[in-house]
Amino acid sequence: MLLALDWLLILEKLVLIVIVVMASLLIAMYTTFAERKVAAVLQDRRGPNRAGPFGILQPVADGLKLFFKEEIIPNFSSKFLFIMGPSLAMLTAIMTGAVVPWGDKVHLFGRDIALQIADVNVGILYVFAVVSMGVYGIMIGGWASNNKYSLMGGLRAASQIISYELPMGISLIALLMVTGTLSLKEMVIQQQGGMWNIVYQPLGFLIFLICAFAECNRTPFDLPEAENELIGGYHTEYSSMKLGFYLFSEYINMFVSSVIMSTMFFGGYDVLPFVDESQWGLSDNIMALIGIAALMIKVFCFIFLFMWVRWTIPRFRYDQLMRLGWRVLIPLALANMLVTGAIVLLKQNNWHF
Amino acid sequence: MSITEIIFWGLSVLALFCAIMVVASKSPVHSILYLIGVFFAISGHYILMNAQFLAIVNIIVYAGAIMVLFLFVVMLMNLNADAEPKKNRYLQFAGLISGGCLFLVLVAAVTRSADAGRVMQLGTGESGLIKNLGRILFNEYVIPFEISSVLFLSAMIGAVVIGKKN
Repeated sequence: MLLALDWLLILEKLVLIVIVVMASLLIAMYTTFAERKVAAVLQDRRGPNRAGPFGILQPVADGLKLFFKEEIIPNFSSKFLFIMGPSLAMLTAIMTGAVVPWGDKVHLFGRDIALQIADVNVGILYVFAVVSMGVYGIMIGGWASNNKYSLMGGLRAASQIISYELPMGISLIALLMVTGTLSLKEMVIQQQGGMWNIVYQPLGFLIFLICAFAECNRTPFDLPEAENELIGGYHTEYSSMKLGFYLFSEYINMFVSSVIMSTMFFGGYDVLPFVDESQWGLSDNIMALIGIAALMIKVFCFIFLFMWVRWTIPRFRYDQLMRLGWRVLIPLALANMLVTGAIVLLKQNNWHF
Repeated sequence: MSITEIIFWGLSVLALFCAIMVVASKSPVHSILYLIGVFFAISGHYILMNAQFLAIVNIIVYAGAIMVLFLFVVMLMNLNADAEPKKNRYLQFAGLISGGCLFLVLVAAVTRSADAGRVMQLGTGESGLIKNLGRILFNEYVIPFEISSVLFLSAMIGAVVIGKKN
């Protein structure tokens, strides 16, 4: 039978996808505004305050400006790949949101709607796969620009992201040993019952956080676009909204990696550790709203941390970056993995050798 | 035709088209991008067979890591379509014939084999899920698994030794 599907389920998922994409775009938009305000506070300035009350319309003005700029495609570049670069960067940035559990469930129109687009049982590996695809947008864009500075930026991005994917993966293995599941939803459910995973894996979290900074190309790891060495890095030749896509995908990446970190290490939509929220006697819908709000508060704290670091710490030199990745983070992550494995084995053995 | 069959045919067509374009396209960078397309189509097939772990690992390892290195090398060597040396016409002809012979042998071998009539079972089988895969790997196939990991380790050490020489 052709197309014998649960149409309501598809409609439900479609609405959820639209909401998640729109919300990520909106949050990324206001993250750019927040970044300028935070930078202003840290540098003892006022920041943007002209467009609308408190400068609240500034992101709209920035977006409009980018749309109205002239679109330039260099003569000797591959036009298709030149346009594909920023599109891929944007696509991979948004795709990660599909496996994140944004909340528990809401009860609407007589249906229980899970606030997660897809609960795949390899959730965290899916996130990892999408992150590793993210480098193509930068590499292809840098190569297609037919400019040596762009190419240098693209190559730097590629080597940096490959180098920092390794400790990130190894620190995740330690976390997976503790939780015993790859599904992000189940991780949250486990954390709701007991302590948050940060308690079991503090070193793993630290390594993951550093690697997340590197994967997002944020300062101190923003060598692919180091403007005093490479002009603009991989987006030197880009203008108009294609440049906007590159800049914007960085903010979406920041948002998504904050969500992933909150979900894996800080309980996701769990409101308070050690507290059984189901005994508060609130209805499912209100609990879901409180859960989403809790997740968002954690996410905004992480985003603030990203900005705080950016405006405090200067950029690494390239050899320092590689030394940190290969000589410090990977051995540390390996040691963390071995110790975690030993403790998990001991615990299964009831603390007998 | 059910929805899985439609997806199966779509993925197969995509995989074959990308595979042909890998060989046919002039620019090495385009070839690599088509090869990434092939990996994605094959991962789609894995998901249809309920082997989610294999599908994701295929993307992480091949599309996400190995192909990035390929792209890296091609970009650094700056291979362009016009930099490719013109090959001898007779050599091309000989290559076509020998490749066709290999194809013929493979098709004959597949159609005569005992499994020729079997159709892929869509969405069944639990051994592709990560829990069962781990159990099988570490119980039944633990010795081949360990031997292959030693092989990988020796390859890694070899790469470091070669890198240290210069």
